[in-house]
Amino acid sequence: MAQTVVNMPTRLPDLSNVPAVDEVGVNERVARFQSRSIKKSSKVEALKLILSMIDLTTLEGQDTPGKVRQLCQKAIHLHAAMPGLPHVAAICVYPTMVSVAKEALAGHDINIASVATAFPSGMSTLSVKLDDTRMAVDAGATEIDMVISRGAFLAGDYRYVFDEIAAVKDACGDARLKVILETGELGTLDRIRKASMLAIHAGADFIKTSTGKIVPAATMQVTLVMLQAIRDFYYETGKMIGMKPAGGISTAKLAVHYLVMLRETLGNAWMTPEWFRFGASSLANDVLMQLMKQSTGVYQSADYFSKD
Amino acid sequence: MASALKNQRIAVAKTYKLYIGGKFPRTESGRYFALEDKRGVVIANMCRGSRKDFRNSVVVARKAQSGWAKASAYFRGQILYRIAEMLEGRREQFIAELILQGSTPRAAEREINRSIDRLIYFAGWADKYQQVFSAVNPVSSSHFNFSVLEPTGVISILAPDDSSLLGLISNIAPAIVGGNTCIVLASESMPLCAVSFAEVLHSADVPGGVVNILTGFRAELTEFFASHMDVNAVIYCDGGKAVARTVQELAADNIKRVVARTRLDWAGSDAANPYLISDTQEVKTTWHPIGS
Repeated sequence: MAQTVVNMPTRLPDLSNVPAVDEVGVNERVARFQSRSIKKSSKVEALKLILSMIDLTTLEGQDTPGKVRQLCQKAIHLHAAMPGLPHVAAICVYPTMVSVAKEALAGHDINIASVATAFPSGMSTLSVKLDDTRMAVDAGATEIDMVISRGAFLAGDYRYVFDEIAAVKDACGDARLKVILETGELGTLDRIRKASMLAIHAGADFIKTSTGKIVPAATMQVTLVMLQAIRDFYYETGKMIGMKPAGGISTAKLAVHYLVMLRETLGNAWMTPEWFRFGASSLANDVLMQLMKQSTGVYQSADYFSKD
Repeated sequence: MASALKNQRIAVAKTYKLYIGGKFPRTESGRYFALEDKRGVVIANMCRGSRKDFRNSVVVARKAQSGWAKASAYFRGQILYRIAEMLEGRREQFIAELILQGSTPRAAEREINRSIDRLIYFAGWADKYQQVFSAVNPVSSSHFNFSVLEPTGVISILAPDDSSLLGLISNIAPAIVGGNTCIVLASESMPLCAVSFAEVLHSADVPGGVVNILTGFRAELTEFFASHMDVNAVIYCDGGKAVARTVQELAADNIKRVVARTRLDWAGSDAANPYLISDTQEVKTTWHPIGS
């Protein structure tokens, strides 16, 4: 049966070559990133960059069209009291909410990201996952956040995980694919590094830490290991891959630490919403409060910012 | 020489730290100031708290507030009693500190006694102030109309400079007994008792974040105590017209409740007074429809 699949990479990378991660070294490096002092105008620029990198997210069983519309309004108008703010990079919803978001965001340059492939567990068959993906893309999603099959990965069935990612990438068409490793379920930094290489070689445009449904979600350690995988792949092939830490990043201070890490690991080329995202829901308000503090000199209260 | 040294014990000096969210951190700024007695001898190195210490305190005070307000009046009263018990057990330490800060032994004894009694006094009010200040209001329609008190929220307190312990407690106790949480700037010239009192609070099972105590300079921190948008009321006790003006102007930004306690005699009956509780309470009136 001759079936040609275009653009589908078939070469499983040799994962025995993936370098081992020095966990103590990672911890020390991360501690260094947190000691940088970013003040005044640099801080304001960093905060604005963070806003423009946010994937404003709602992924709850209780999501309603009204909630999604409200979130889209927030994505467009972050804080009316502060003119000149960027808008967020994308909003991130379940596939059934994509059409609602598309209507609400019409005429605005904000991406619609949809989770797919039996999010968050990924426990379903390939055909269901592909249908899920196509449904989201057809409804108007410009980005797909897929989850890998952690069970298969942990059982050592790398070929299955690789083929699955490649197949989903194919189903995405023009939509960019973010591959969620769910690092909280992978256990060790070595496995995270391995899963990163697997996802990148299988066709991921972005690699993403977590679904946000598992604790721990994104940590700086995990993100650093993934950034290093991206860097090594870039040195090897010259191809850029994006990074999205998600879950647990709720303060502006922590987000600035992530930017420092990004700058010092991958460099300026990645310091744009095209190549780096924060998956977050409460981060935006904290960043806005910090920006207001910078402009007014007065510490702010959550009472004066829209709830989302 | 060697044997003389051997018999001489080196006293372990206490590190005076801040009290934020139930923990005792040093100031994030890494700054200190030397506290001297009348003869110019250094008694202790105090943390010179910064605006960021204050900001961190407001965050934890805000987090703790709803839980503390929901705790039963009886429970809050029990906690205040417990603080008094713990203070009683450590009275010698406080007397020593008061003397170190220039008090006479007799005055120090009086102050610790009054402080413990003041705590008991407000502990007793815990399940009584609501009845005294609430009301059923007569209205000429088919409504049951009643007013009850609710805590104002997060309170910043600039404790009196001239009263190391009694003035501090007379401000903290009425604020927390009513379900508020607070951030207190201790007396600048006599801060020792405030830090030791934080240890008392800690051992009395006061939930973390309900009371936060900073030491540092008035001139530097007053502005932030008055201007923070997430603080619902500010209490000041001294400082003259300039301080009053600064506090009231900055507090206007988010319409904070401003309480001036500049003329209170901390030893007298005007500081042992349920109106100190109602100072940081909001009156909520409800119109409940009833059949005629």
